[in-house]
Amino acid sequence: MKTLVKVIFTSSFFYSLIRVATPLVLASLGAVITSNAGITNIGIEGIMLISALAGVFASAFLGGPWVGLLVAILVGVICSLLIGYVSMSLKADSVLTCIAFNTMAVGGTVYFMYAVVKDKGTTLALDSGKLPSIPIPIIEEIPVLGKILSNHNILSYVSFFMVFVVYILLYKTPLGLRIRSAGKDPKALSSVGVSLLKTRYIALAISGVLGGIAGAFMSMGYVTWFSKNMTAGRGFIALAADAMGNSTPIGATMASLLFAVAEALSYGLQVTTFPPELVQMLPYMATIVGLILYSIKRNADKAK
Amino acid sequence: MAMNMNAKVDRYNRYFSIIRFVVAVFIAFFISFVIMAFSTEHPFSALLNLFIGPFTTLRRFSTVLETAIPLTFAGLSVCVMFKARQFNLASEGGFFLGALTSAIVAIYMPLPPVLSIILALFLAGIVGSLVCGIPGICKVKWNSSELVLSLMLNYVALYIGTFIFNQVAKDPSSAYSASFPFREGVNLGNLIPKTRLHYGIFLVAVFVVFTWQFIYKTKWGMKLRIVGENLKFGKYVGIGTTGIIMMSQLLGGFIAGVGGGAEMLGMYSRFQWSALPGYGFDGVVLNILAKENPAYIPIAAFAVAYLRIGADYMYKKSDVASEIVAIIEALVIVLVAANAFLEKYHHKVITRVTAGDKGGKE
Repeated sequence: MKTLVKVIFTSSFFYSLIRVATPLVLASLGAVITSNAGITNIGIEGIMLISALAGVFASAFLGGPWVGLLVAILVGVICSLLIGYVSMSLKADSVLTCIAFNTMAVGGTVYFMYAVVKDKGTTLALDSGKLPSIPIPIIEEIPVLGKILSNHNILSYVSFFMVFVVYILLYKTPLGLRIRSAGKDPKALSSVGVSLLKTRYIALAISGVLGGIAGAFMSMGYVTWFSKNMTAGRGFIALAADAMGNSTPIGATMASLLFAVAEALSYGLQVTTFPPELVQMLPYMATIVGLILYSIKRNADKAK
Repeated sequence: MAMNMNAKVDRYNRYFSIIRFVVAVFIAFFISFVIMAFSTEHPFSALLNLFIGPFTTLRRFSTVLETAIPLTFAGLSVCVMFKARQFNLASEGGFFLGALTSAIVAIYMPLPPVLSIILALFLAGIVGSLVCGIPGICKVKWNSSELVLSLMLNYVALYIGTFIFNQVAKDPSSAYSASFPFREGVNLGNLIPKTRLHYGIFLVAVFVVFTWQFIYKTKWGMKLRIVGENLKFGKYVGIGTTGIIMMSQLLGGFIAGVGGGAEMLGMYSRFQWSALPGYGFDGVVLNILAKENPAYIPIAAFAVAYLRIGADYMYKKSDVASEIVAIIEALVIVLVAANAFLEKYHHKVITRVTAGDKGGKE
């Protein structure tokens, strides 16, 4: 217990909390947008993975991490639209489409990684660079807070900014209204002459942007290389966060932070004598417990 | 005449689904070929190696069959669970923990080998049931998303399994991370010398027949199909839908667990898995190819295994990463699962057939 307290009450724990929360927040916002439009986008896992690799390649061969970020976003959008095309225009089951897509993402990224760097594990051989970390002028000077909040990767700040962007988009713009109607009442949407298909494509594209940024963060911020299956289920955790957060941007962000605590704790505990496998299990276990508690509560609310 | 026309339409529908499948496979290979052309100067020889690979030696061909065994188990497991329209992907975790369970029994249980094997497979099945039952029970009780839950559960199964493995089964004298060896004779034997083909192939055949019989020939299977196709209707006609859904998840988990056990006792003499084997997702892939019919799952499993072994050979000979198979598989699946793919053409043919029939009557 003492070690646990020691692990948690350090500025480095809270610093790493923000770091590990970044991809979860971004991806869960992506999941929030699509589930508001009535689509369960399990493909977000694969989108992140493919974007992460595309970002590394673009950064190494086309001109640095900023180009990498741009390409990662672009690839995220393309993947998202592809999923949409297959599941909506070609009318394949969306869950099956996404499972197929994720399977392809895991194998496909390894294929292209091997084709380019002749390595099936990582792209360490490539000098692909990193998006900058930003020191925040005044906050930086504050003793503990500065260490926690300042000097994060720029995408970490972007991710928390995105929470507000997505909030405003969903609740304060006509597009947001359309997206929400596409999920809640598609017929009403068509009756006022808005295309359901088009609205859902737009929602998917936005979630592709967010998934792309999340992927770029994984390979050009979190670490500076791509490695096989590096997302390790973060896209799935994001879906769980979306479910727990009742598909609201704030709720999903809170849930993401909760899972991030479990993940940050697992890194903090790695230096202790606690069995490492059980430590690694923590974020996933926390997600399961969180999801079940959420469902029980939702059922109880309904019963009332 | 109407009967005749229906039969004709049926026949054309069947032709159409075959044509669609062939076209899907062709397109998938074509796109993959184009992708390969970017990464190798000899895409033709790479593709050739992919196709002839499994036939180059007896050992390689038997590897196809060996690979098809766990795939078939995974396919059957997912088939039973998906029949209830539950997107439960915990087969993956069930497979992993089933394999570990059978390994522990095989290491420690001082019984005659045959009894050990039976006990190992049975316990593996029970563990598989437990794993797949968790998302099932949360779904029927609290309406949790079985999909997300099972995805998370697979990771938990991996880490708990690794923990148990390190605590009770790991051989400290082994150079790599492996368990103590299984007891003498506790394995599924060897069918053909110089290969690793084992008696699990008969076991899986039994499971195919059993699963097909269960789904299409028993009262429970019928209820399962009704619940899967229309839950409300199932409730309305008085089927205990909760019980049926749970039964299918437990049964699917049992098959996954036994599959893990059979793979472990058939192919290995020590437990040495350190990552999830991926069979849960493979099971989904197989069900799309086999149209969720247990009778077709072994065929689909053989095809997928064939591709993978061919790809390994191609990797050795042509230096094209074997993971290209993941792209080929995904493309085939997507095109097969896409209802609208070639639908315009289908519509045209059917219209012509029915119109022609009318013309004949006049």
